[in-house]
Amino acid sequence: MLKLKTVRGAIFNVMAAAVSLTMFAPVYLVIVNSLKDKGRASSMGIDLPLVLHWENFVTVVEKGKLLQAFFNSLLYACAATAIGTTLAALAAYVLSRNRTRLNRSIYFLIIMGIAMPTNFVTLTKVMQLTHLINTQVGIIVLYAASQIPFSVFLSYAFVETLPRELDEAAIIDGCGPFKLFFYVVYPLMTPVLVTAAVLNILGIWNEFLLPLYYLNRSAYWPMTLAVYNFFGQFQADWSLVSADVVLTILPVVVIYLLAQRFILAGMTAGAVKG
Amino acid sequence: MRNKAYPFYFVIGALALYLLFYVVPAVMGFFYSFTDWNSYSADVHWVGLANLKLIFGSGQSYMRYISNTVIFTVATIVLKTVIAMGLALLLTKGLNRLANFHRVVMYLPAVLPMLVVSLVFKSILNPATGVLNTLLRGSGLGFLAQRWLVDIHWAMPSVIGVDTWRGVGYIMVILIAGIQTIPVEYYEAASIDGAGAFSSFWRITLPLLMPVLAVTTVLNLLYGLKVFDVVFVLTNGGPGRATDTVYTVIFDEFSKGRYGVATALSTILFLIMIVLGYFVIRLMHRDEVA
Repeated sequence: MLKLKTVRGAIFNVMAAAVSLTMFAPVYLVIVNSLKDKGRASSMGIDLPLVLHWENFVTVVEKGKLLQAFFNSLLYACAATAIGTTLAALAAYVLSRNRTRLNRSIYFLIIMGIAMPTNFVTLTKVMQLTHLINTQVGIIVLYAASQIPFSVFLSYAFVETLPRELDEAAIIDGCGPFKLFFYVVYPLMTPVLVTAAVLNILGIWNEFLLPLYYLNRSAYWPMTLAVYNFFGQFQADWSLVSADVVLTILPVVVIYLLAQRFILAGMTAGAVKG
Repeated sequence: MRNKAYPFYFVIGALALYLLFYVVPAVMGFFYSFTDWNSYSADVHWVGLANLKLIFGSGQSYMRYISNTVIFTVATIVLKTVIAMGLALLLTKGLNRLANFHRVVMYLPAVLPMLVVSLVFKSILNPATGVLNTLLRGSGLGFLAQRWLVDIHWAMPSVIGVDTWRGVGYIMVILIAGIQTIPVEYYEAASIDGAGAFSSFWRITLPLLMPVLAVTTVLNLLYGLKVFDVVFVLTNGGPGRATDTVYTVIFDEFSKGRYGVATALSTILFLIMIVLGYFVIRLMHRDEVA
């Protein structure tokens, strides 16, 4: 009986290891091939590089204008997330605390956006009318808007868990609505706001459809679009493409490993109720 | 006191951004769907149902793109759900020590940029030099090697495969969280009554996970109908137009300046998804919305 259990445990471990290996394989491939020379990387093989060609990274940063793209991505992700999550927190707080019929309808209208597909074609018209097309401000505002439904959804549920007595105490102490929100409620919302922010930053870092539609100047492109364009130019050189890919996914992997707890909390919110 | 402490102008910022960039384009979509709006002339004319006739009419391939999208969506829902369930059970019931490590690795693809993942898979699936075919040939399974993304019959399954690889960890994580909310006592009681692993799963885990499975299905559904990145990078709709989906065709029509048709397609998708969205919200707020 004991033996049967050990055998079964071993089989389960092997199965899990096999799946994990499959999941990690592409990341492994880009890492090893980013360090090979052009000829050896041409088939993106699983063999280890004989000589480490660190210069590939220097080449892609120069040829692919990656530094600029990196700072563009960073700007879009941080600015849009700061605006998006703050506006969402403000709205969710009032909608959750003061549940009039109107506010409930507004809440449901906003979270319908989680399912709503973007109409990129008519959005072009809106972008033209507001003179935001092909501008960095425009893309930041669009990304901020795109985060609002999910961030409101997350924050709304979280505000419910904060005791109202806090608000009342603050009001009795003479806090106005701004002070009440920014000194009392906002700090307490930190866990949910961090979750929303991490998910939003990752989402923006990985997205490329909005810049594809609304940014025609390559100087404004984020990492994803720069990588895609780079791939178009250097398709034959997989060592450089791999190096480019490694640099793109590095920040994502670092954020993922550091902020796992928050990502999991956000991803499973709503889907599972304890 | 309520209106003073919770002023409505706190809502206006988020609401304005959302209305302007989501709701207004969606509403405009209904109007422009009935026009010949295009990039060649400044005038926009009312053309009635012409765009819809074009899309749903015979002799056009739009229905094929819609059916491609449905095939992609259904296949990824089934594959991701079944595989994720297997993995979730493996990590919660089968493993003790390394479960957390495996969960972190298996979820990793879900946070990587789809664009980048697709680029790498483009190389892996290369018929002549790709790692997959090389490994298959090397291990004596050469007969399984295919012209993955280039073959008209294998292109869609390959795209579905890559997308499943990427998305299965996400669904698995949700299912794990769901399984962990089921009280251990249920399983203990069942095992005292003589239930094996299989009947425990069938009689306890599966029924209690139904609400979670409903949510993951809808999430997969919403994702599948909007699929763009993976198709755009892996095949760009090819070979021929065998893997084109609604969103890649909208982009294609947009690039060609045929805004009217593109808007009509977008609006059809909008109508479908808004109905689905209503159900999602009901699921997510199942204790509130009566």
